[in-house]
Amino acid sequence: MLSGLSHVALAVWALLIIAPLLWTFLASFKNNTEIFGDPLRLPGELRLDAWGRAWDTAHIGQYMLNTVIVVFFGTAGTMVFGSMAAYVLARFSFAGNRLIYYYFVAGLAFPVFLALGPLFFVVRQVGLLNSHAGLVLVYIAYSLPFTVFFLAAFFRTLPEAVAEAAMIDGASHTRTFVQIMVPMARPGLVSITIFNVLGQWNQYLLPLVLLAGDPDKWVLTQGIARISTLAGYEADWPALFAALSITILPVMVVYIVFQRQIQSGLSSGALK
Amino acid sequence: MRRWRTYGFVAAFLAVPLVLYTVFVISPYVQAFQLSLTSWNGYSSVVAYVGLDNFGRLFGDEVFWQALRNHGIMLLTLPVVTIAIALFLAFLLNLGGGPSGDGMRGLWGSRFYRVVFFFPQVLAVAVVGVLFQAIYRPDEVGVINGVLARLGVEPVGWLIEPGLALWSVIAVMVWQGVGFYVVLFSAGMAAIPKDYFEAAALDGAGRVRLFFSITLPLLRDTVQVGWIYLGIAALDGFALIQVLAGDKGEPDGATTILPVTIYNTAFSYQKVGYASAMGVALFFLTVTFAVLTLRTTRRERVEL
Repeated sequence: MLSGLSHVALAVWALLIIAPLLWTFLASFKNNTEIFGDPLRLPGELRLDAWGRAWDTAHIGQYMLNTVIVVFFGTAGTMVFGSMAAYVLARFSFAGNRLIYYYFVAGLAFPVFLALGPLFFVVRQVGLLNSHAGLVLVYIAYSLPFTVFFLAAFFRTLPEAVAEAAMIDGASHTRTFVQIMVPMARPGLVSITIFNVLGQWNQYLLPLVLLAGDPDKWVLTQGIARISTLAGYEADWPALFAALSITILPVMVVYIVFQRQIQSGLSSGALK
Repeated sequence: MRRWRTYGFVAAFLAVPLVLYTVFVISPYVQAFQLSLTSWNGYSSVVAYVGLDNFGRLFGDEVFWQALRNHGIMLLTLPVVTIAIALFLAFLLNLGGGPSGDGMRGLWGSRFYRVVFFFPQVLAVAVVGVLFQAIYRPDEVGVINGVLARLGVEPVGWLIEPGLALWSVIAVMVWQGVGFYVVLFSAGMAAIPKDYFEAAALDGAGRVRLFFSITLPLLRDTVQVGWIYLGIAALDGFALIQVLAGDKGEPDGATTILPVTIYNTAFSYQKVGYASAMGVALFFLTVTFAVLTLRTTRRERVEL
Protein backbone atom coordinates (compact mmCIF):
# COMPACT_ATOMS: atom_id res chain seq x y z
CA MET A 1 0.00 0.00 0.00
CA LEU A 2 2.65 2.50 1.08
CA SER A 3 4.82 1.22 -1.70
CA GLY A 4 2.09 2.13 -4.16
CA LEU A 5 1.92 5.67 -2.83
CA SER A 6 5.69 5.94 -3.14
CA HIS A 7 5.43 5.02 -6.79
CA VAL A 8 2.75 7.61 -7.36
CA ALA A 9 4.97 10.34 -5.85
CA LEU A 10 7.99 9.29 -7.89
CA ALA A 11 5.98 8.95 -11.09
CA VAL A 12 4.47 12.42 -10.65
CA TRP A 13 7.89 14.02 -10.41
CA ALA A 14 9.19 11.98 -13.36
CA LEU A 15 6.21 13.16 -15.38
CA LEU A 16 6.91 16.78 -14.42
CA ILE A 17 10.42 16.36 -15.82
CA ILE A 18 9.54 14.45 -18.98
CA ALA A 19 6.38 16.29 -20.05
CA PRO A 20 7.90 19.71 -20.88
CA LEU A 21 10.76 18.09 -22.81
CA LEU A 22 8.45 15.77 -24.73
CA TRP A 23 6.12 18.65 -25.49
CA THR A 24 8.99 20.73 -26.90
CA PHE A 25 10.10 17.83 -29.05
CA LEU A 26 6.59 17.27 -30.42
CA ALA A 27 6.00 20.99 -30.97
CA SER A 28 8.98 21.09 -33.33
CA PHE A 29 6.97 18.97 -35.80
CA LYS A 30 3.92 21.21 -35.66
CA ASN A 31 3.12 24.13 -37.92
CA ASN A 32 2.17 27.55 -36.59
CA THR A 33 -1.57 26.82 -36.76
CA GLU A 34 -1.18 23.71 -34.65
CA ILE A 35 1.06 25.51 -32.17
CA PHE A 36 -1.56 28.19 -31.70
CA GLY A 37 -4.21 25.54 -31.37
CA ASP A 38 -4.61 23.10 -28.52
CA PRO A 39 -1.16 22.73 -26.88
CA LEU A 40 -1.94 19.16 -25.85
CA ARG A 41 -2.68 17.82 -29.31
CA LEU A 42 -0.12 15.79 -31.26
CA PRO A 43 1.31 17.17 -34.51
CA GLY A 44 -0.78 16.25 -37.57
CA GLU A 45 2.15 14.90 -39.53
CA LEU A 46 5.89 14.50 -39.11
CA ARG A 47 7.17 17.80 -40.53
CA LEU A 48 10.92 18.26 -40.54
CA ASP A 49 11.09 21.67 -42.21
CA ALA A 50 11.37 23.55 -38.89
CA TRP A 51 14.48 21.53 -38.06
CA GLY A 52 16.06 22.65 -41.32
CA ARG A 53 15.16 26.30 -40.67
CA ALA A 54 16.55 26.11 -37.14
CA TRP A 55 19.79 24.59 -38.38
CA ASP A 56 20.36 27.02 -41.28
CA THR A 57 18.34 30.21 -41.00
CA ALA A 58 18.57 30.42 -37.23
CA HIS A 59 22.25 29.37 -37.34
CA ILE A 60 21.93 26.60 -34.76
CA GLY A 61 24.46 24.58 -36.76
CA GLN A 62 26.96 27.43 -36.55
CA TYR A 63 26.34 27.96 -32.82
CA MET A 64 26.73 24.24 -32.20
CA LEU A 65 30.07 24.16 -34.02
CA ASN A 66 31.29 27.25 -32.13
CA THR A 67 30.31 25.69 -28.82
CA VAL A 68 32.05 22.42 -29.63
CA ILE A 69 35.26 24.27 -30.54
CA VAL A 70 35.25 26.49 -27.46
CA VAL A 71 34.36 23.70 -25.03
CA PHE A 72 36.88 21.30 -26.56
CA PHE A 73 39.82 23.68 -26.24
CA GLY A 74 38.53 25.14 -23.00
CA THR A 75 38.24 21.78 -21.27
CA ALA A 76 41.46 20.41 -22.78
CA GLY A 77 43.37 23.49 -21.62
CA THR A 78 41.76 23.36 -18.19
CA MET A 79 42.72 19.72 -17.75
CA VAL A 80 46.31 20.18 -18.94
CA PHE A 81 47.09 23.29 -16.92
CA GLY A 82 44.89 22.35 -13.96
CA SER A 83 46.46 18.91 -13.54
CA MET A 84 49.98 20.33 -13.95
CA ALA A 85 49.44 22.94 -11.24
CA ALA A 86 47.58 20.52 -8.97
CA TYR A 87 50.28 17.85 -9.30
CA VAL A 88 53.12 20.20 -8.44
CA LEU A 89 51.19 21.72 -5.53
CA ALA A 90 50.16 18.33 -4.17
CA ARG A 91 53.47 16.46 -4.36
CA PHE A 92 56.40 18.86 -4.17
CA SER A 93 57.43 20.89 -1.18
CA PHE A 94 58.90 24.27 -1.98
CA ALA A 95 58.76 27.75 -0.51
CA GLY A 96 55.39 29.34 -1.26
CA ASN A 97 53.57 26.08 -2.03
CA ARG A 98 50.77 26.70 0.49
CA LEU A 99 50.50 30.32 -0.57
CA ILE A 100 50.04 29.46 -4.26
CA TYR A 101 47.54 26.73 -3.39
CA TYR A 102 45.37 29.14 -1.40
CA TYR A 103 45.80 31.76 -4.09
CA PHE A 104 44.12 29.37 -6.54
CA VAL A 105 41.46 28.17 -4.13
CA ALA A 106 40.55 31.75 -3.17
CA GLY A 107 38.99 32.07 -6.64
CA LEU A 108 36.17 29.81 -5.45
CA ALA A 109 34.93 32.42 -2.99
CA PHE A 110 34.19 35.18 -5.51
CA PRO A 111 31.05 35.43 -7.65
CA VAL A 112 31.83 35.91 -11.36
CA PHE A 113 29.60 39.00 -11.36
CA LEU A 114 32.09 40.87 -9.30
CA ALA A 115 34.69 40.51 -12.06
CA LEU A 116 32.34 41.08 -14.98
CA GLY A 117 32.98 44.74 -15.83
CA PRO A 118 36.76 44.70 -15.37
CA LEU A 119 37.06 41.33 -17.15
CA PHE A 120 35.55 42.84 -20.29
CA PHE A 121 38.23 45.55 -20.27
CA VAL A 122 41.05 43.12 -19.50
CA VAL A 123 40.07 40.91 -22.45
CA ARG A 124 39.75 43.97 -24.69
CA GLN A 125 43.17 45.16 -23.53
CA VAL A 126 44.86 41.93 -24.63
CA GLY A 127 43.03 42.19 -27.96
CA LEU A 128 40.93 39.03 -27.55
CA LEU A 129 37.44 40.51 -27.36
CA ASN A 130 34.95 38.80 -29.70
CA SER A 131 37.33 35.91 -30.33
CA HIS A 132 37.03 32.23 -29.46
CA ALA A 133 40.63 32.23 -28.26
CA GLY A 134 39.78 34.87 -25.68
CA LEU A 135 36.73 32.94 -24.47
CA VAL A 136 38.78 29.72 -24.25
CA LEU A 137 41.47 31.39 -22.12
CA VAL A 138 38.82 32.92 -19.84
CA TYR A 139 37.07 29.54 -19.48
CA ILE A 140 40.37 27.93 -18.54
CA ALA A 141 41.18 30.65 -16.01
CA TYR A 142 37.76 30.46 -14.32
CA SER A 143 37.79 26.65 -14.26
CA LEU A 144 41.21 26.48 -12.62
CA PRO A 145 40.28 27.13 -8.96
CA PHE A 146 37.94 24.17 -8.66
CA THR A 147 40.04 21.92 -10.92
CA VAL A 148 43.22 22.59 -8.93
CA PHE A 149 41.38 22.18 -5.63
CA PHE A 150 39.82 18.87 -6.66
CA LEU A 151 42.85 17.35 -8.39
CA ALA A 152 45.36 18.40 -5.72
CA ALA A 153 43.27 16.46 -3.20
CA PHE A 154 43.28 13.53 -5.62
CA PHE A 155 47.02 13.54 -6.35
CA ARG A 156 47.73 13.61 -2.61
CA THR A 157 45.99 10.27 -2.16
CA LEU A 158 48.17 8.46 -4.73
CA PRO A 159 50.88 6.20 -3.29
CA GLU A 160 54.43 7.54 -3.10
CA ALA A 161 56.23 4.31 -3.98
CA VAL A 162 55.43 4.08 -7.69
CA ALA A 163 56.67 7.60 -8.45
CA GLU A 164 59.82 6.97 -6.42
CA ALA A 165 60.55 3.76 -8.30
CA ALA A 166 60.21 5.60 -11.60
CA MET A 167 62.59 8.33 -10.43
CA ILE A 168 65.15 5.73 -9.34
CA ASP A 169 64.91 4.18 -12.79
CA GLY A 170 65.98 7.55 -14.15
CA ALA A 171 62.65 8.95 -15.38
CA SER A 172 62.49 12.74 -15.45
CA HIS A 173 59.84 14.62 -13.44
CA THR A 174 57.86 15.35 -16.59
CA ARG A 175 57.98 11.72 -17.69
CA THR A 176 56.93 10.50 -14.25
CA PHE A 177 53.98 12.89 -14.40
CA VAL A 178 52.82 11.97 -17.89
CA GLN A 179 53.42 8.22 -17.86
CA ILE A 180 52.89 7.28 -14.22
CA MET A 181 50.88 9.83 -12.28
CA VAL A 182 48.29 10.87 -14.87
CA PRO A 183 47.22 7.27 -15.63
CA MET A 184 46.98 6.60 -11.88
CA ALA A 185 44.83 9.67 -11.38
CA ARG A 186 42.40 8.67 -14.11
CA PRO A 187 39.22 8.35 -12.02
CA GLY A 188 39.71 11.85 -10.62
CA LEU A 189 40.55 13.25 -14.04
CA VAL A 190 37.40 11.73 -15.57
CA SER A 191 35.15 13.24 -12.89
CA ILE A 192 36.58 16.71 -13.19
CA THR A 193 36.61 16.58 -17.01
CA ILE A 194 32.89 15.84 -17.02
CA PHE A 195 32.37 18.63 -14.53
CA ASN A 196 34.23 21.11 -16.73
CA VAL A 197 32.68 20.02 -20.03
CA LEU A 198 29.19 20.50 -18.59
CA GLY A 199 30.05 23.78 -16.92
CA GLN A 200 31.60 25.26 -20.05
CA TRP A 201 28.95 23.85 -22.41
CA ASN A 202 26.23 25.50 -20.33
CA GLN A 203 28.04 28.80 -19.73
CA TYR A 204 25.91 31.78 -20.69
CA LEU A 205 27.17 34.87 -18.89
CA LEU A 206 30.80 34.92 -20.07
CA PRO A 207 30.10 34.54 -23.81
CA LEU A 208 27.30 37.09 -23.48
CA VAL A 209 29.83 39.65 -22.30
CA LEU A 210 32.89 38.59 -24.30
CA LEU A 211 31.37 37.72 -27.70
CA ALA A 212 28.60 40.34 -27.78
CA GLY A 213 30.00 42.15 -30.81
CA ASP A 214 30.18 39.24 -33.25
CA PRO A 215 27.02 37.09 -33.66
CA ASP A 216 28.87 34.68 -36.01
CA LYS A 217 30.97 33.52 -33.08
CA TRP A 218 28.14 33.01 -30.59
CA VAL A 219 27.73 29.80 -28.63
CA LEU A 220 24.53 27.75 -28.32
CA THR A 221 23.19 29.25 -25.10
CA GLN A 222 23.46 32.77 -26.55
CA GLY A 223 21.97 31.63 -29.84
CA ILE A 224 18.99 29.95 -28.20
CA ALA A 225 18.24 33.02 -26.12
CA ARG A 226 18.33 35.16 -29.26
CA ILE A 227 16.15 32.80 -31.30
CA SER A 228 13.67 32.93 -28.47
CA THR A 229 13.55 36.72 -28.69
CA LEU A 230 13.33 36.64 -32.50
CA ALA A 231 10.62 33.98 -32.56
CA GLY A 232 8.31 36.58 -31.07
CA TYR A 233 8.86 38.94 -34.03
CA GLU A 234 9.12 36.46 -36.86
CA ALA A 235 6.42 34.21 -35.49
CA ASP A 236 8.40 31.08 -36.36
CA TRP A 237 7.61 29.08 -33.25
CA PRO A 238 8.21 25.63 -34.75
CA ALA A 239 11.80 26.69 -35.54
CA LEU A 240 12.30 27.75 -31.92
CA PHE A 241 11.13 24.35 -30.68
CA ALA A 242 13.27 22.60 -33.27
CA ALA A 243 16.27 24.68 -32.14
CA LEU A 244 15.56 23.69 -28.52
CA SER A 245 15.28 20.03 -29.52
CA ILE A 246 18.54 20.17 -31.48
CA THR A 247 20.22 21.64 -28.41
CA ILE A 248 18.74 19.19 -25.93
CA LEU A 249 19.05 15.93 -27.91
CA PRO A 250 22.87 15.58 -28.05
CA VAL A 251 23.10 16.45 -24.35
CA MET A 252 20.47 13.81 -23.64
CA VAL A 253 22.31 11.14 -25.64
CA VAL A 254 25.63 11.88 -23.94
CA TYR A 255 23.87 11.94 -20.59
CA ILE A 256 22.17 8.58 -21.07
CA VAL A 257 25.44 6.95 -22.15
CA PHE A 258 27.54 8.43 -19.35
CA GLN A 259 24.88 9.00 -16.68
CA ARG A 260 26.73 7.03 -14.01
CA GLN A 261 29.95 8.96 -14.46
CA ILE A 262 28.11 12.28 -14.79
CA GLN A 263 26.06 11.81 -11.63
CA SER A 264 29.00 10.67 -9.55
CA GLY A 265 31.30 13.28 -11.14
CA LEU A 266 29.00 16.17 -10.30
CA SER A 267 28.00 15.03 -6.83
CA SER A 268 31.49 14.00 -5.70
CA GLY A 269 32.57 17.47 -6.84
CA ALA A 270 29.99 18.98 -4.51
CA LEU A 271 31.00 16.94 -1.48
CA LYS A 272 34.74 17.64 -1.60
CA MET B 1 71.95 19.90 -9.39
CA ARG B 2 69.02 17.56 -8.94
CA ARG B 3 67.40 20.06 -6.65
CA TRP B 4 67.61 22.82 -9.23
CA ARG B 5 66.11 20.54 -11.79
CA THR B 6 63.18 20.02 -9.47
CA TYR B 7 62.72 23.75 -8.98
CA GLY B 8 62.84 24.25 -12.73
CA PHE B 9 60.17 21.60 -13.16
CA VAL B 10 57.93 23.15 -10.51
CA ALA B 11 58.27 26.61 -12.05
CA ALA B 12 57.62 25.32 -15.56
CA PHE B 13 54.45 23.52 -14.48
CA LEU B 14 53.09 26.48 -12.52
CA ALA B 15 53.94 29.34 -14.89
CA VAL B 16 51.09 29.19 -17.43
CA PRO B 17 48.26 28.40 -14.99
CA LEU B 18 49.42 31.16 -12.66
CA VAL B 19 49.64 33.76 -15.44
CA LEU B 20 46.21 32.88 -16.90
CA TYR B 21 44.59 32.87 -13.48
CA THR B 22 46.19 36.13 -12.41
CA VAL B 23 45.35 38.01 -15.60
CA PHE B 24 41.75 36.84 -16.12
CA VAL B 25 40.52 36.08 -12.60
CA ILE B 26 42.49 37.85 -9.89
CA SER B 27 43.19 41.12 -11.70
CA PRO B 28 39.50 41.74 -12.59
CA TYR B 29 38.51 41.01 -8.98
CA VAL B 30 41.10 43.41 -7.63
CA GLN B 31 40.07 46.04 -10.18
CA ALA B 32 36.43 45.55 -9.24
CA PHE B 33 37.16 46.55 -5.64
CA GLN B 34 39.16 49.51 -6.91
CA LEU B 35 36.53 50.60 -9.45
CA SER B 36 33.78 50.42 -6.84
CA LEU B 37 35.35 53.58 -5.38
CA THR B 38 35.23 55.45 -8.69
CA SER B 39 32.63 56.92 -11.01
CA TRP B 40 34.27 55.42 -14.11
CA ASN B 41 31.99 55.06 -17.15
CA GLY B 42 33.99 52.46 -19.05
CA TYR B 43 35.59 54.67 -21.71
CA SER B 44 36.83 57.99 -20.31
CA SER B 45 40.57 58.16 -19.70
CA VAL B 46 40.06 59.96 -16.40
CA VAL B 47 39.11 57.74 -13.49
CA ALA B 48 37.70 59.88 -10.68
CA TYR B 49 37.74 58.48 -7.16
CA VAL B 50 34.53 59.20 -5.30
CA GLY B 51 35.28 57.33 -2.08
CA LEU B 52 32.32 55.42 -0.71
CA ASP B 53 29.76 57.50 -2.63
CA ASN B 54 28.68 54.53 -4.74
CA PHE B 55 27.84 52.56 -1.64
CA GLY B 56 25.95 55.54 -0.21
CA ARG B 57 23.97 55.71 -3.42
CA LEU B 58 23.17 51.99 -3.20
CA PHE B 59 21.24 52.61 0.01
CA GLY B 60 18.97 55.07 -1.73
CA ASP B 61 18.59 52.97 -4.88
CA GLU B 62 15.14 51.47 -5.18
CA VAL B 63 16.22 48.86 -7.71
CA PHE B 64 18.93 47.65 -5.32
CA TRP B 65 16.42 47.18 -2.49
CA GLN B 66 13.95 45.54 -4.84
CA ALA B 67 16.69 43.10 -5.87
CA LEU B 68 17.64 42.43 -2.24
CA ARG B 69 14.00 41.74 -1.39
CA ASN B 70 13.80 39.21 -4.23
CA HIS B 71 17.05 37.53 -3.17
CA GLY B 72 15.66 37.37 0.37
CA ILE B 73 12.53 35.56 -0.82
CA MET B 74 14.62 33.18 -2.92
CA LEU B 75 17.02 32.52 -0.02
CA LEU B 76 14.12 31.62 2.24
CA THR B 77 12.19 29.41 -0.16
CA LEU B 78 14.53 27.84 -2.72
CA PRO B 79 16.69 25.78 -0.30
CA VAL B 80 13.76 24.64 1.87
CA VAL B 81 11.53 23.55 -0.99
CA THR B 82 14.29 21.92 -3.05
CA ILE B 83 15.79 20.03 -0.10
CA ALA B 84 12.38 18.90 1.18
CA ILE B 85 11.34 17.47 -2.20
CA ALA B 86 14.79 15.95 -2.81
CA LEU B 87 14.94 14.29 0.63
CA PHE B 88 11.46 12.90 0.19
CA LEU B 89 12.21 11.47 -3.26
CA ALA B 90 15.64 10.17 -2.24
CA PHE B 91 14.12 8.42 0.77
CA LEU B 92 11.46 6.77 -1.37
CA LEU B 93 14.07 5.71 -3.92
CA ASN B 94 16.50 4.22 -1.45
CA LEU B 95 14.43 2.95 1.43
CA GLY B 96 10.87 3.17 0.15
CA GLY B 97 10.65 -0.60 -0.31
CA GLY B 98 10.38 -0.88 3.44
CA PRO B 99 12.16 -3.30 5.76
CA SER B 100 12.58 -6.74 4.29
CA GLY B 101 14.61 -9.86 4.93
CA ASP B 102 18.00 -8.32 4.20
CA GLY B 103 17.51 -4.80 5.48
CA MET B 104 15.97 -1.89 3.60
CA ARG B 105 15.35 -1.98 -0.08
CA GLY B 106 14.87 0.66 -2.69
CA LEU B 107 11.83 0.74 -4.88
CA TRP B 108 11.44 -1.11 -8.12
CA GLY B 109 12.55 1.13 -11.00
CA SER B 110 14.58 3.43 -8.80
CA ARG B 111 17.40 3.52 -11.34
CA PHE B 112 15.08 4.82 -14.03
CA TYR B 113 13.71 7.52 -11.73
CA ARG B 114 17.18 8.63 -10.77
CA VAL B 115 18.22 9.01 -14.42
CA VAL B 116 15.11 11.05 -15.22
CA PHE B 117 15.26 13.26 -12.11
CA PHE B 118 18.87 14.23 -12.68
CA PHE B 119 18.53 15.10 -16.35
CA PRO B 120 17.48 18.80 -16.03
CA GLN B 121 20.75 19.36 -14.19
CA VAL B 122 22.78 18.80 -17.36
CA LEU B 123 20.70 21.25 -19.40
CA ALA B 124 21.99 24.79 -19.78
CA VAL B 125 20.06 27.25 -17.64
CA ALA B 126 19.55 29.47 -20.70
CA VAL B 127 17.94 26.54 -22.54
CA VAL B 128 15.69 25.79 -19.56
CA GLY B 129 14.72 29.48 -19.53
CA VAL B 130 13.62 29.42 -23.16
CA LEU B 131 11.78 26.14 -22.60
CA PHE B 132 9.77 27.52 -19.68
CA GLN B 133 9.02 30.74 -21.50
CA ALA B 134 6.97 28.62 -23.86
CA ILE B 135 5.42 26.60 -21.06
CA TYR B 136 4.44 29.69 -19.07
CA ARG B 137 2.96 31.57 -22.01
CA PRO B 138 0.11 33.75 -20.74
CA ASP B 139 -2.43 32.66 -23.36
CA GLU B 140 -3.91 29.22 -23.90
CA VAL B 141 -0.97 28.31 -26.15
CA GLY B 142 1.20 27.82 -23.08
CA VAL B 143 1.20 24.26 -21.80
CA ILE B 144 0.05 25.07 -18.30
CA ASN B 145 -2.66 27.43 -19.45
CA GLY B 146 -3.69 24.92 -22.09
CA VAL B 147 -4.24 22.32 -19.39
CA LEU B 148 -6.05 24.86 -17.23
CA ALA B 149 -8.28 25.81 -20.16
CA ARG B 150 -9.44 22.20 -20.45
CA LEU B 151 -10.42 22.35 -16.81
CA GLY B 152 -12.30 25.56 -17.53
CA VAL B 153 -9.86 27.87 -15.73
CA GLU B 154 -9.00 31.28 -17.16
CA PRO B 155 -5.38 31.64 -18.43
CA VAL B 156 -2.93 32.81 -15.77
CA GLY B 157 -0.14 35.30 -16.51
CA TRP B 158 2.58 33.26 -14.85
CA LEU B 159 5.37 35.66 -15.72
CA ILE B 160 3.21 38.76 -16.11
CA GLU B 161 1.45 39.01 -12.75
CA PRO B 162 3.84 40.93 -10.47
CA GLY B 163 2.78 38.83 -7.48
CA LEU B 164 3.34 35.57 -9.32
CA ALA B 165 6.41 36.09 -11.53
CA LEU B 166 9.08 35.44 -8.90
CA TRP B 167 7.35 32.26 -7.75
CA SER B 168 7.19 31.02 -11.33
CA VAL B 169 10.95 31.59 -11.60
CA ILE B 170 11.64 29.82 -8.29
CA ALA B 171 9.53 26.88 -9.47
CA VAL B 172 11.81 26.49 -12.49
CA MET B 173 14.89 26.56 -10.25
CA VAL B 174 13.36 23.82 -8.11
CA TRP B 175 12.43 21.83 -11.22
CA GLN B 176 15.99 21.92 -12.45
CA GLY B 177 17.73 21.48 -9.10
CA VAL B 178 15.88 18.67 -7.30
CA GLY B 179 17.47 15.80 -9.24
CA PHE B 180 20.99 16.82 -8.28
CA TYR B 181 20.12 16.77 -4.59
CA VAL B 182 18.29 13.46 -4.95
CA VAL B 183 21.55 11.95 -6.19
CA LEU B 184 23.57 13.75 -3.51
CA PHE B 185 21.28 12.58 -0.69
CA SER B 186 21.03 9.07 -2.14
CA ALA B 187 24.81 8.77 -1.91
CA GLY B 188 24.57 9.88 1.72
CA MET B 189 21.79 7.41 2.48
CA ALA B 190 23.70 4.56 0.90
CA ALA B 191 26.51 5.23 3.38
CA ILE B 192 24.24 4.67 6.41
CA PRO B 193 24.83 1.14 7.75
CA LYS B 194 21.92 -1.20 7.10
CA ASP B 195 21.80 -2.54 10.66
CA TYR B 196 20.62 0.83 11.94
CA PHE B 197 17.43 0.46 9.96
CA GLU B 198 17.11 -3.22 10.78
CA ALA B 199 17.41 -2.54 14.50
CA ALA B 200 14.90 0.30 14.36
CA ALA B 201 12.51 -1.72 12.22
CA LEU B 202 12.71 -4.63 14.67
CA ASP B 203 11.74 -2.18 17.38
CA GLY B 204 8.67 -1.40 15.33
CA ALA B 205 9.60 1.91 13.73
CA GLY B 206 7.61 2.73 10.61
CA ARG B 207 8.97 4.42 7.52
CA VAL B 208 8.13 7.93 8.70
CA ARG B 209 9.86 7.29 11.99
CA LEU B 210 12.89 5.79 10.22
CA PHE B 211 13.19 8.91 8.10
CA PHE B 212 13.06 11.44 10.92
CA SER B 213 14.96 9.49 13.57
CA ILE B 214 17.71 7.85 11.52
CA THR B 215 18.05 9.12 7.97
CA LEU B 216 17.75 12.83 8.61
CA PRO B 217 20.15 13.15 11.57
CA LEU B 218 22.80 11.09 9.79
CA LEU B 219 22.50 13.14 6.61
CA ARG B 220 23.04 16.42 8.40
CA ASP B 221 26.37 17.30 6.78
CA THR B 222 25.17 16.52 3.27
CA VAL B 223 22.04 18.60 3.77
CA GLN B 224 24.20 21.46 5.01
CA VAL B 225 26.33 21.33 1.85
CA GLY B 226 23.14 21.34 -0.23
CA TRP B 227 21.82 24.31 1.72
CA ILE B 228 24.91 26.38 0.99
CA TYR B 229 24.86 25.48 -2.71
CA LEU B 230 21.20 26.42 -3.01
CA GLY B 231 21.76 29.65 -1.10
CA ILE B 232 24.50 30.64 -3.52
CA ALA B 233 22.16 29.74 -6.39
CA ALA B 234 19.52 32.03 -4.83
CA LEU B 235 22.02 34.88 -4.90
CA ASP B 236 22.72 34.22 -8.59
CA GLY B 237 19.93 33.26 -11.01
CA PHE B 238 21.29 35.45 -13.83
CA ALA B 239 20.78 33.23 -16.88
CA LEU B 240 17.32 32.06 -15.89
CA ILE B 241 15.89 35.47 -15.03
CA GLN B 242 17.56 37.25 -17.92
CA VAL B 243 16.07 34.77 -20.38
CA LEU B 244 12.76 34.11 -18.65
CA ALA B 245 11.78 37.54 -17.38
CA GLY B 246 13.83 39.86 -19.55
CA ASP B 247 16.52 42.44 -18.86
CA LYS B 248 14.69 44.64 -16.43
CA GLY B 249 13.14 41.88 -14.39
CA GLU B 250 9.62 42.59 -15.62
CA PRO B 251 6.87 42.95 -14.55
CA ASP B 252 7.57 46.11 -12.54
CA GLY B 253 10.90 44.77 -11.36
CA ALA B 254 9.12 41.87 -9.65
CA THR B 255 12.00 39.57 -10.57
CA THR B 256 14.86 42.06 -10.42
CA ILE B 257 18.00 40.47 -9.03
CA LEU B 258 21.48 41.83 -8.40
CA PRO B 259 23.42 39.96 -11.12
CA VAL B 260 21.07 41.15 -13.88
CA THR B 261 21.16 44.68 -12.45
CA ILE B 262 24.96 44.60 -12.37
CA TYR B 263 25.09 43.41 -15.97
CA ASN B 264 22.75 46.18 -17.15
CA THR B 265 24.41 48.90 -15.08
CA ALA B 266 27.83 48.03 -16.49
CA PHE B 267 26.99 47.27 -20.11
CA SER B 268 23.74 49.13 -20.91
CA TYR B 269 24.17 52.23 -18.76
CA GLN B 270 28.00 52.28 -18.81
CA LYS B 271 28.20 52.91 -15.07
CA VAL B 272 31.13 50.58 -14.46
CA GLY B 273 32.07 52.11 -11.11
CA TYR B 274 28.57 51.83 -9.72
CA ALA B 275 28.14 48.30 -11.10
CA SER B 276 31.38 47.28 -9.37
CA ALA B 277 30.04 48.64 -6.08
CA MET B 278 26.98 46.38 -6.52
CA GLY B 279 29.32 43.48 -7.26
CA VAL B 280 31.19 44.12 -4.03
CA ALA B 281 27.89 44.24 -2.14
CA LEU B 282 26.87 40.92 -3.72
CA PHE B 283 30.21 39.38 -2.76
CA PHE B 284 29.78 40.34 0.90
CA LEU B 285 26.20 39.05 0.87
CA THR B 286 27.37 35.69 -0.47
CA VAL B 287 30.19 35.38 2.05
CA THR B 288 27.93 36.44 4.93
CA PHE B 289 25.36 33.86 3.93
CA ALA B 290 27.93 31.05 3.73
CA VAL B 291 29.53 31.94 7.08
CA LEU B 292 26.15 32.33 8.83
CA THR B 293 24.95 28.98 7.53
CA LEU B 294 28.11 27.21 8.66
CA ARG B 295 27.93 28.91 12.08
CA THR B 296 24.29 28.33 12.86
CA THR B 297 24.08 24.77 11.62
CA ARG B 298 27.31 23.60 13.22
CA ARG B 299 26.73 20.98 15.85
CA GLU B 300 28.40 17.97 17.30
CA ARG B 301 28.79 15.51 14.47
CA VAL B 302 26.88 12.31 14.75
CA GLU B 303 29.50 9.60 14.95
CA LEU B 304 28.80 6.46 12.99
